[in-house]
Amino acid sequence: MTINTLAKGGLQPEQMSCFRKMEKVLVAMQDPDMGMKMRNQRLLITVIPHAMTGHDIITWLIQKYHICEEEALHLGEMLVKYGYIYPLKEPRCLVLRPDESPYRFQTPYFWTSTRWPASELDYAIYLAKKNIRKQGELVEYEKERYSLLHKRINHTWDFVVMQAREQLRASKQRRKADRIVLECQEQAYWLINRPPPGVQNMLDWGLERPNNFSTRVPLIETSRRALGRNRVKSSICLEGFVKYSEQYQNHDPIMQGCLPSNPWISDDIAYWTMNSEIVPVPTRLRVERWSFSFMELLSDAMGRREFMTYLEKEFSAENLHFWQECEEIRHGESSKIIEKVEDVYKNFLAPGAARWVNIDSKTMDKTLEGIKRPHRFVMDDAQMHIYFLMKKDSYPRYLKSDLYKNMLAKAVVPQETKKSVFPFMRRQRHSSPSPAQAGAPAAEEDGRAGTNSAAGSHF
Amino acid sequence: VPVQYIVLKRSPLIPEMATQEVQLNETLAHLKTESETLKTKLEEERAKLHDVELHQVAEKVEALGQFVMKTRRTLKGHGNKVLCMDWCKDKRRIVSSSQDGKVIVWDAFTTNKEHAVTMPCTWVMACAYAPSGCAVACGGLDNKCSVYPLSLDKNENLAAKKKSVAMHTNYLSACSFTNSDMQILTSSGDGTCALWDVESGQLLQSFHGHAADVLCLDLAPSETGNTFVSGGCDKKANVWDMRSGQCIQSFETHESDINSVRYYPSGDAFASGSDDATCRLYDLRADREVAIYSKESIIFGVSSVDFSLSGRLLFGGYNDYTINVWDVLKGTRVSILFGHENRVSTLRVSPDGTAFCTGSWDHTLRIWA
Repeated sequence: MTINTLAKGGLQPEQMSCFRKMEKVLVAMQDPDMGMKMRNQRLLITVIPHAMTGHDIITWLIQKYHICEEEALHLGEMLVKYGYIYPLKEPRCLVLRPDESPYRFQTPYFWTSTRWPASELDYAIYLAKKNIRKQGELVEYEKERYSLLHKRINHTWDFVVMQAREQLRASKQRRKADRIVLECQEQAYWLINRPPPGVQNMLDWGLERPNNFSTRVPLIETSRRALGRNRVKSSICLEGFVKYSEQYQNHDPIMQGCLPSNPWISDDIAYWTMNSEIVPVPTRLRVERWSFSFMELLSDAMGRREFMTYLEKEFSAENLHFWQECEEIRHGESSKIIEKVEDVYKNFLAPGAARWVNIDSKTMDKTLEGIKRPHRFVMDDAQMHIYFLMKKDSYPRYLKSDLYKNMLAKAVVPQETKKSVFPFMRRQRHSSPSPAQAGAPAAEEDGRAGTNSAAGSHF
Repeated sequence: VPVQYIVLKRSPLIPEMATQEVQLNETLAHLKTESETLKTKLEEERAKLHDVELHQVAEKVEALGQFVMKTRRTLKGHGNKVLCMDWCKDKRRIVSSSQDGKVIVWDAFTTNKEHAVTMPCTWVMACAYAPSGCAVACGGLDNKCSVYPLSLDKNENLAAKKKSVAMHTNYLSACSFTNSDMQILTSSGDGTCALWDVESGQLLQSFHGHAADVLCLDLAPSETGNTFVSGGCDKKANVWDMRSGQCIQSFETHESDINSVRYYPSGDAFASGSDDATCRLYDLRADREVAIYSKESIIFGVSSVDFSLSGRLLFGGYNDYTINVWDVLKGTRVSILFGHENRVSTLRVSPDGTAFCTGSWDHTLRIWA
């Protein structure tokens, strides 16, 4: 027997949790002390009690959650769309209007979560009631569904009609105000559980995630291992985040903007052109970034090239070459591993090799042993040794070198693009060669670029 | 507190089986106790070194000013819910996939569609751009991850060159190329992650440990580049060693499915987004959760998260159609962005941090800057 957390009748845990949270909001809204002010609302000639205006709802949400009007409107609209609040005027239109339009709380009886799932039978009875009450009250799509249901559950049709008649009879005995309220409540429920065609189905939650496996070993092993690990004090770790964000702040286009301009905002691709992989003169920010960490330097093609030049001057370029070759092994095709490992051995590790790299004897022995049965990670230890050698030794000296300092001095600081005097004149958006091509020109793209305002983007 | 579930075969009529069952129950109870004890000890150890909160450390940091981000491009063309997207390294192209099986490559800057493929399955929940820009990978309800080389020959049928790489026993939830076009990392509804060799389709390593569907993964931007994090329906976020297949760290503080995980740019932490409507930050060196990003008015789940380039901002795409922007250090919500007309299902910041892209169930993608 499997113990399973199966939510009631098929509602997934995610759905239940959202419904519960919305219901909490509802309860808070109806709190006698802190809840909403409600009033009687005149609907044509009938007075409906316990109603509130759209404006009231939004104001309450703003005060309760300390949010702005737009967010309150959005949140309130979710409550309407999921059927917790329904409109009295234009009941088929489930939107929240930020004005004097009247709304009411849905009774828990008609909450989607209470009656999940909505049944075919109940829907048939509802449509039958509408049909009987006033001929022609059924809208086109309702008529279609009604006749479909009639075919599908034909065997219980007598029951459907009987129930419909009974419910209608019972409702006639209610006060007019109550009758109208009940009709509105029921209609709102069905608008959500059986939405009209073309209206978003709020109850579409995507694919189910039914899988739950039983495993016990991993948890214990992982916990045991975790107990043994070294941890760093929070104060040290967290300080690291502050420092990192500070260091990179000027480099963060979303936070600080970028020069000359953000291409997405100005339609000018100068920023990308200036920061292409290889340029005659790099930007200052880019060269500065090389000093942030060794990884930054190596990840930038130009940075790596500069560093290689420096190493050549120091006669230690074989280190970087070795590291690059090891990267090729680690990330390259499986079929080429043996061949590449052989090459690396020949060029860098074998005694008397042309570009011999200086690795400690322990690592060298381990690597040579591993090469006998080459695999993707056989060079890892040696590669890391050389990486940290460069990082601790050559890299800091490179940053102090004239080569780097000159690069930094030469580097360009782009001018901010002046904003266009005529804000409605949009620049032509030029296409760029696709990385997927192998030499073919992008000529056919230009015809569409720039003139393509109908492609769907809007300002 | 999660409990380990065991499937027992019910046949108490045979006495030997009955004894076996009692023994099994005892072992199970013993293991459960051991597991609980270990977890409590682990939490105690973690708490010992927690001497300050992130927002306290961040008190001295300047507050962020007013935030203005708008939709700069809207990409229309999918006929159904957009489920996933990824950026090309060229900082302007993207690939997106949708419920109706279509995978589209766009130049997001011009909004032109450059390639389109129809997959043989629906619900293409995962797609990724190859680092070279010459191929895309995708998969979903077909339980596979396939690689399509991108050709500029308009007459060529992309589907003809398709290469099946990964094979799971349940839906593919996420995929990512590693540092090259040659390896792909996948996560699946079958509860596992796997590393594959693209050329041969060979399974290089598999990762077992999640107790339910794995929904997301992200590769670590570290110097040694050997780890990745995954999140799943078991509410756990696991950090894995790609070489050994071992789970080296595990975090379980979310109250519901984890839909998205993303590393902080330095690689020392990662953020997660969950159906419990919160985003959380986990520090790998401190080995604990260090921040929760939540607000009482945010009720619906987070489908996807990503950091701005400096890691100061965390963007979250939510199931209530909005995007919330969080100050990672101070823990406050900086801004809320409206625009999509249905769930935001996917969100990624561009490689150079100039913009982020969202995909939605409203069939569109938007670029925000």
